[in-house]
Amino acid sequence: MIPARFTYQRASSVDEALAAVAEHGDDAKLLAGGQSLLPLMKLRFAAPELIVDIGPLDELRYVRLDGDELAVGAMTRHHDLQHDAVLAEHAPVLAQVAASVGDPQIRHRGTIGGSLVHADPAADLPAAVLALDGTLIARGPSGERRIPAAEFFQGPFETPLAPEELLTEIRVPVQDGLGWGFEKFTRRALDWAIVGVVVAGRSVALVNMGGTPLRASAVEAALARGASAAEAASVAAEGTSPADEPHATVEYREHLARVLTERALVSAGVS
Amino acid sequence: MKVSIEINGTTVSEEVEDRTLLVHFVREQAGLTATNIGCDTTSCGACTVLLDGESVKSCTVLAAQADGHAVTTLEGLHGDEGDLHPLQRAFREEHGLQCGFCTPGMIMASVSLLEGNPKPTRQEVRDGLEGNLCRCTGYHNIVNAVMNASGQEVQR
Repeated sequence: MIPARFTYQRASSVDEALAAVAEHGDDAKLLAGGQSLLPLMKLRFAAPELIVDIGPLDELRYVRLDGDELAVGAMTRHHDLQHDAVLAEHAPVLAQVAASVGDPQIRHRGTIGGSLVHADPAADLPAAVLALDGTLIARGPSGERRIPAAEFFQGPFETPLAPEELLTEIRVPVQDGLGWGFEKFTRRALDWAIVGVVVAGRSVALVNMGGTPLRASAVEAALARGASAAEAASVAAEGTSPADEPHATVEYREHLARVLTERALVSAGVS
Repeated sequence: MKVSIEINGTTVSEEVEDRTLLVHFVREQAGLTATNIGCDTTSCGACTVLLDGESVKSCTVLAAQADGHAVTTLEGLHGDEGDLHPLQRAFREEHGLQCGFCTPGMIMASVSLLEGNPKPTRQEVRDGLEGNLCRCTGYHNIVNAVMNASGQEVQR
């Protein structure tokens, strides 16, 4: 499969990328690792006229500790996150989630920024950043703005980013001493999650239980009241709206959400 | 656009359409056909090559993205005298193939796997090759081949 014709432009700086998309607006698309965008273009679900390749922007490829926050550059690849020593110490669940994305080849190319901006409800990293109370930093023609993860995921493949904005960094507060948990159920290796659960301390986020990643508010409230893992997990499906599909009905997904939430809570040290 | 990619140590410079995929550049411009097109949807791994030493699915990378970078294909693995790479030898010794269509991708993914983890467990081999499908379901001998190439015990 071959994508529709487009013009390829390689950005050598964030400013250059911003200038290119500002000029072309909706006709342009930023290309990070390309592991979500290129398949869509090959299937002709997407046919941008201009591709601005920001993959080479190594200035956006880093993980560092900045005061009481972790700063992750948007072009940091899943493989980088998987093996990063700073993450391993301060937010190991993010490394664990990154390690479960796709397969090794995809993780060598795919970026955290690309995954977040793509906003696939079945993707794991958006839920992880949501559970970690992350903030997304975007740059546009009028400067920089910070968007809390809770406001970033607006619908399937829908974010508040304007076409002429670029996600540059993800920040998550460091809360050392948290318990972490991640569980995911897939039909086959490298597949999207039918349901996934990310636990960071007393925060719980669900993958693919609605059109966006969701905080499992009922579970969090139960934990706050001192509920056990089993009790808290029993309300995991409350407030969710999972898709009904031939291979995974609503009831099946709700059941998975409860089972996986309990396992993730136990991993996180909730008894 | 003009794309120059160092493939197996030789720079290949060609004028191509911007939308050209790396797998097509490798097969059609460089004339190296060990790299196969299988599913064409980033699933099967038959098109796996090394890009700057890391395994990638070349059906999901633009040739333009590899411009100025180094690509290694199966044809670039063997020694100067034509002697087989340890993984090629191990795939032959363990019969890590049936129809052979997935083999180039399997071997390239295995090279990348052993680069990061020279002594993987059998489970780590399976995890490392999760991006490569063998439609003959010859997985057991493929795992044996990687274990053999890493100098570890092979399960009979």
